[in-house]
Amino acid sequence: MRWVERCIETTIRASAFTVILALVLIFVFIGKEALPILTSPSVRQEASLRQLFGTIVWQPVSTVPQYGLLPLLLGTLKVTVIALLVGGPLALSAALFTSEFAPPWVREVLKPSVELLAGIPSVVLGFFALMVLASWLQSVFGWTYRLNAVNAGIALAFAVIPIVYTVAEDALTSVPRSYREGSIAMGADAWQTAWRVVVPAAFPGIFAACVLGFGRAIGETMIVLMASGNAPIFSAALTDSARSLSATIAAELGEVVVGSAPYHVLFLIGSLLFVLTFLTNLAGHWFVTRLREKLEGR
Amino acid sequence: MTPKPKLEARQLHFFYGTFAALKGINLAVPAGTITAIIGPSGCGKSTLLRVFNRMNEIIPDVHLSGDVLLEGVSIYQDGLASTTLRKRVGMVFQRPNPFPLSIFENVAYGPRIHGLARGDSLRRLVEESLQATHLWDEVKDRLSQSALSLLPEQQQRLCISRLLAVQPEVLLLDEPCSALDPAATQQIEELMRELTARYTLVIVTHNMQQAARVSEFTAYMLLGELAEFGKTAELFTNPRDPRTEEYITGRFG
Ligand SMILES: Nc1ncnc2c1ncn2[C@@H]1O[C@H](COP(=O)(O)OP(=O)(O)O)[C@@H](O)[C@H]1O
Ligand SMILES: [Mg+2]
Repeated sequence: MRWVERCIETTIRASAFTVILALVLIFVFIGKEALPILTSPSVRQEASLRQLFGTIVWQPVSTVPQYGLLPLLLGTLKVTVIALLVGGPLALSAALFTSEFAPPWVREVLKPSVELLAGIPSVVLGFFALMVLASWLQSVFGWTYRLNAVNAGIALAFAVIPIVYTVAEDALTSVPRSYREGSIAMGADAWQTAWRVVVPAAFPGIFAACVLGFGRAIGETMIVLMASGNAPIFSAALTDSARSLSATIAAELGEVVVGSAPYHVLFLIGSLLFVLTFLTNLAGHWFVTRLREKLEGR
Repeated sequence: MTPKPKLEARQLHFFYGTFAALKGINLAVPAGTITAIIGPSGCGKSTLLRVFNRMNEIIPDVHLSGDVLLEGVSIYQDGLASTTLRKRVGMVFQRPNPFPLSIFENVAYGPRIHGLARGDSLRRLVEESLQATHLWDEVKDRLSQSALSLLPEQQQRLCISRLLAVQPEVLLLDEPCSALDPAATQQIEELMRELTARYTLVIVTHNMQQAARVSEFTAYMLLGELAEFGKTAELFTNPRDPRTEEYITGRFG
C-alpha cells in the first residue's frame, strides 16, 4: 500500500505547485502585455510614462487620447480607504463582541450570518448601492452627484466586513483561556480583559485581517463599477464621482483594440493592481511575523 | 491558639450541573498563615479555591449553597462586586500564565485597571512587586521584553509579582509548582514563606512533602468533603481520621 500513499502525496504536491505556477503564469501574461509601455516606441509615443503617472486626465477614447492614471489611482484610494474606515471598525467590533461578550446563542447566530454576507455576489451589493443606498444617501445629505466615492465605499464595506470579521474573530477566540482567567482573577472586568489582554494578544491576527480586507477592497470591481459613478475625476472631494483601477479594466477591456496603446495601458493597470496587492500582503505578512515574535519574546 | 479566620467556608456545597463537587465544607483559614489543601486528584481542591474568589462564576451552569466569609463578610451576598473581591483575594494558576505583554506591563496591569498608581509611583510599585519575588535583579534591564521570553519558573514568579502589585490580602495558589523543576520549586516555596509576613496564603498541592514543608495548617479533602483540618505538624504525625492516615502513609511510603 506504500505506492498508494506515494500517489496521494504526489497529487497533493502537484496541486500545490499548480496553484503557484498558475499565479506566476498569470503575472507573466499580464506583465508581458504591459511591457510594450516600456519597450515599443509607438506605444511609448502615445502613452508615455510621464503622461501615465504625471497627468490627471483619463480619456482613452477621444481624438487626442489621454492616459493619465492619477485619477484612477486616486479613485481607488478614496473608495478603498472609505470601505476600510467604514467596514473595518464595524467588523472588528462585531468580532470582539462575538468572541468576548455575546452569549453562546447570539454567537451561534451572528457568526454564520456575517459569514453568509461573504456569499452575496458583488453584483447584488453593487445593484443595492446603485438603486437603494445612493438614493438614500442623496436624500439625507443632498450631494450633487448621486453616485460617488462615499456611496461606493460604503457598498464596498459590505464586501470587506465578512473577511475582516472572520479572520479577526478567529484570532480573538484563539487567545488562550488562561490569559482571560489570569486577568479576571485579578479583578479585571470583561471589558478590561478584552481590551487590555485579549486584543493585544490577538493583534497580529487582527492586523492580518485588515490587510486581507484591504486586498479584497482594492481588487473588488463590480461594486465600484456600479456604485461610484465611474467618472475619472481627479479631486480630493469624497462626494465627487470616482473611478477605480479595477473598474476601468472591466469597463474598457472589452472594447479596446488588441495591441493598441490603450490595450497595453489596461494591462499596465492590471500589473499595478497585482503588484499593489502582492506588496501589501508581503508587508503585512512581514509585519505580522515580527509582531508575533515580539509578543512571544523570541 | 488559632489566629482569627481570614476566609471561612460555611456549609459550602458546590455543583457543576448536578454533580456535587463540594459537599458541606466547613473551613476557617487563619489569617497570616499558609494553609495547604491536599487530597487525591478530583477531590475538589481547585474547585474550593475558585469558590474563594468567585472564579467559579465564569463557568456556565454551576451553583452553590452555603456561604464564604472574608473577614466575616459574605462574599456571595449581593452588593460585593466580584472585581472588588478578586482584587482582595487573588489567584495564581497551575501553569504560569503571564500576559503576552512586556514584563513591565504585566506587573503594571493590576494597578492600572484598579487605578492604584500611575507615572513614577506606578514604576515604584512595579519595582517593589518584582523585588518581593526576587525577580527584579533578573529582569530590571529587560522590562520592556515580552514576559513570554522568561523561564517557566520566572514566569510563575512574575505571575505572583503581578498579583502583589494590586496589594491583595489573600493569595490562592493552585499547584503553583507543578510545572516547575525541583530547584525552581524550592525558590517558590521560600518565596511563599516570606509572603506570609504580609499575606494569607492558601495553596493547593498534590505534593505531601511540599505541604509539610511550607504550610502551618493543612486541610485534607476527599471526594468533595473536608476529611480533616488542623495544624500541619499534627495532621501529618498524628492524624485523627484513618482515611487521612492512609493517604499520608501511602504518599510518603
Ligand atoms: N468545569 C467543570 N465542569 C464539570 N465538572 C468539573 C469542572 N471542573 C471540575 N469538575 C469536576 O469536579 C471535581 C473536582 O474537580 P477539581 O476541583 O478540579 O479537583 P482537584 O483540583 O482536587 O483535582 C472533579 O470530579 C472534576 O471532574
Ligand atoms: Mg486541581
